[in-house]
Amino acid sequence: MREGNANAVGCDGKEMMMTAMTKSAAKSGSALLSIAFVAMVGATMLFLAGHAQSATLHDAAHDMRHATGFPCH
Amino acid sequence: MIQRMLAGGLIAGFAAGLLAAVLHFAFLQKLILLGEQYETGALVHFENAHADTSAEGHDHGAEGHAHGEPASGATRNALTVLFTALTYASYGLLLAAGFAFAEHLGHRIDPREGLLWGAAGFAVFQLLPSLGLPPELPGAVAADITERQIWYFGTVAASGIGLALIAYGGGIPAAVIGAALLAAPHLVGAPHLDEYAGTVPPELEGQFVARALGVGFITWAVLGALAGRLWSRGEA
Repeated sequence: MREGNANAVGCDGKEMMMTAMTKSAAKSGSALLSIAFVAMVGATMLFLAGHAQSATLHDAAHDMRHATGFPCH
Repeated sequence: MIQRMLAGGLIAGFAAGLLAAVLHFAFLQKLILLGEQYETGALVHFENAHADTSAEGHDHGAEGHAHGEPASGATRNALTVLFTALTYASYGLLLAAGFAFAEHLGHRIDPREGLLWGAAGFAVFQLLPSLGLPPELPGAVAADITERQIWYFGTVAASGIGLALIAYGGGIPAAVIGAALLAAPHLVGAPHLDEYAGTVPPELEGQFVARALGVGFITWAVLGALAGRLWSRGEA
């Protein structure tokens, strides 16, 4: 009886540990995903504002591009 | 997590961007307008070699330009404020993503650390690329834009990874690889023309480069410290 209980606890503990590990792996994966997402948003904004060669964007951003030392034209 | 990155990065970025816009109009805009007058031929370097009178002529010229087109001047300046804010907001987001990644690897980011990240950001995006491609006034003549952009982005990537390896690599091998990455773009060399054909006086260009780097450093330092503060607050 006692042994059974101990087994049950052990089993629960194992399951809990595995769940926790899966959760932490999932959490870690989603953390990396959101980091990549924010970095992509930042990089895209930076490219459009600072480096895209469309004439409209270039003219609008012209003075800033010179001031920040971006290759401009 | 994602909210903490977006909110902190955007708030710090826009605040720093507004500061950059103020500094832009205090230190840089007048030189850009003056450079444009040499670019269009409204002013000609060397035609009037008498230093005193030509210096006065420059001032009047710049003012005349600004007052000449009030409407387009206002729109132009509003766009400069908007795009400066957008650029630094982008940097804010990249910093916040960097903070999150560093924390993910077990490093803690506090405001002081943020200031160091800001200095590193300045080095990566502005100072180190400027060793090969210095900031230019309108009227400067340079190599093909695509080639310069490729070198610029390559330098940003190599410098960013190089500095990160030195700061967080945790050993001499990582630091050596980091230093090699920092040096590599400059060993390759930035694209340049074989001759100098710019119309802008060198004194003006020199002043512009110094001021552009100064404004960049101040803004990046504020951006890093602010982003670091917002990031460490979000932790609580």
